[in-house]
Amino acid sequence: MKVQQISVFLENKSGRLATLTEVLGEAGINIRALSIADTSDFGILRLIVSNPANALKVLKEAGFTVSITDVIAVEVKDEPGGLAVVLKALEMAGINIEYLYAFLEKSSNDALVVFRVEQIDDALSLLAKNNINVLKGEDVYKL
Amino acid sequence: MLHPEIESMPREQLQKLQFEKLKKTVERVYENVPFYKQKFQEKGLLPGDLKSFDDLKLLPFTVKQDLRDNYPFGLFAAPMSDVVRVHASSGTTGKPTVVGYTQNDIDGWSDIIARCVAMAGGGKGDVVQVAYGYGLFTGGLGLHYGAERLGAAVIPISGGNTKRQLMLMEDFGTTILCCTPSYALFLAEEAREHGIDLINGKIKAGIFGAEPWSENMRKELEKGLGIKAYNIYGLSEIMGPGVSMECECQCGMHIMEDFFIPEIIDPDTGETLPYGAKGELVFTTITKEAFPLLRYRTRDISVLREEKCDCGRTFVRMERVMGRTDDMLIIRGVNVFPSQIESVLLEIGETEPHYLLVVDRQGNLDNLEVWVEVSEKMFSDEVRKLEELEKKLRHEIASLLGISAKIKLVEPKTIPRSEGKAKRVVDKREL
Ligand SMILES: [Zn+2]
Repeated sequence: MKVQQISVFLENKSGRLATLTEVLGEAGINIRALSIADTSDFGILRLIVSNPANALKVLKEAGFTVSITDVIAVEVKDEPGGLAVVLKALEMAGINIEYLYAFLEKSSNDALVVFRVEQIDDALSLLAKNNINVLKGEDVYKL
Repeated sequence: MLHPEIESMPREQLQKLQFEKLKKTVERVYENVPFYKQKFQEKGLLPGDLKSFDDLKLLPFTVKQDLRDNYPFGLFAAPMSDVVRVHASSGTTGKPTVVGYTQNDIDGWSDIIARCVAMAGGGKGDVVQVAYGYGLFTGGLGLHYGAERLGAAVIPISGGNTKRQLMLMEDFGTTILCCTPSYALFLAEEAREHGIDLINGKIKAGIFGAEPWSENMRKELEKGLGIKAYNIYGLSEIMGPGVSMECECQCGMHIMEDFFIPEIIDPDTGETLPYGAKGELVFTTITKEAFPLLRYRTRDISVLREEKCDCGRTFVRMERVMGRTDDMLIIRGVNVFPSQIESVLLEIGETEPHYLLVVDRQGNLDNLEVWVEVSEKMFSDEVRKLEELEKKLRHEIASLLGISAKIKLVEPKTIPRSEGKAKRVVDKREL
């Protein structure tokens, strides 16, 4: 049920993001979801792509510092309070959310949200118990 | 002139004096320092082979690595029971370089510094503010004891706390300021900003050293503080500050030749060069008991001048240090080697760290920025962890070097490599 996220170190200088998307585009890799966390000096780009293993390879070859991180892709009801249900369940169980971000496209009527948590296995079983839908990696990459 | 009989001794006579002292030093290290005895044996040399002053060339060189290899007290030529003080400088890989002094050594050093303060126009009745760091660094205590020896009143304020420096300078009537030239410029600027008039105040001279500076900085200091600015040179391995000092002519620093024999060598061949040639400065100490060194290679590049000085002193003069034969940097008066930064990165588990030291001067203070290429091992998808890494590096560097550095994480291959070897230093300071 885990989804592989590509994390890339980026300096805050112009053109780096463009270069990176070019590298992925040339390798025929699509970006499904993306978020950037940045400080005044550097940023961390997080990506869900169509082919994580290949993305890792081509980005490394292009000289980026890249890693693969396991995350969870959760279906959140596209209605008021939809996200709150998931957050509350995780909070009650004492599971710390490092960060989260939304997918560019929806899979259905529901929104898709990526969660990065420390205790990923605990989170998965908790979400299952609460009948919250979690997507499989291969389904996410295909979106 | 504090010691005219020595400072203006005819050179022939001076050389005789030096040779006598040199012979004693050679005997002393041969008998007491196994490192030197072995060096002599390797060369098939005995102390008695020293027949004339020129035989200095026969003696082995000493390099900084020898000090490290014999850490902490292996090169001491006096029993520890005779040592009354030690000083140390931060090491290139964690261990510092240690030097020791007997009471006679401290007395001699104080005499030298007394001479230096007198060269800057100081004497009894002067108020000397010592704003060099006190502690393991030789700057503070060196100037302190020498100024006291001369009979001046010392303000042992040490470095930092600019507000208090300026307050005491005004209230206590400081006449001579001792610190790094960049800190003096900073003090001048702060004084201006706070409406403190130093130019018409009592301060008349500055004894500045422990870092490279320039004639432009001299002009700025003399104008900004209303003083005459003197250059002082030294290194802890040889003694500390006072190895050489400028006279009122400000045309090079007179080397205290009754304590040290200077040479200029070709850094590549080790060959001794004549006066006037540019090369690496080498010193042999000829009075020290606890920590005598033969032909110590300073890595500083300079020129020696033998021409008689207008001040009447016969001691040879060395020009301002023009550079280094190694990659040492002096930042805010602290010696910094890139390898020290490397050791910090190795300690956090990097096997082949890529880094760059970028030094700049903003206002009058040096800034050190350490660029570190983010490897996969260091990298994390969480901002918090990378910020923790920056903090840890900053902390480790500060505790090893005693100066703060800004850490800048950069992408791989950002730091230029030349012929496979990475460039480690960019010095943007224009002195
Ligand atoms: Zn002179």
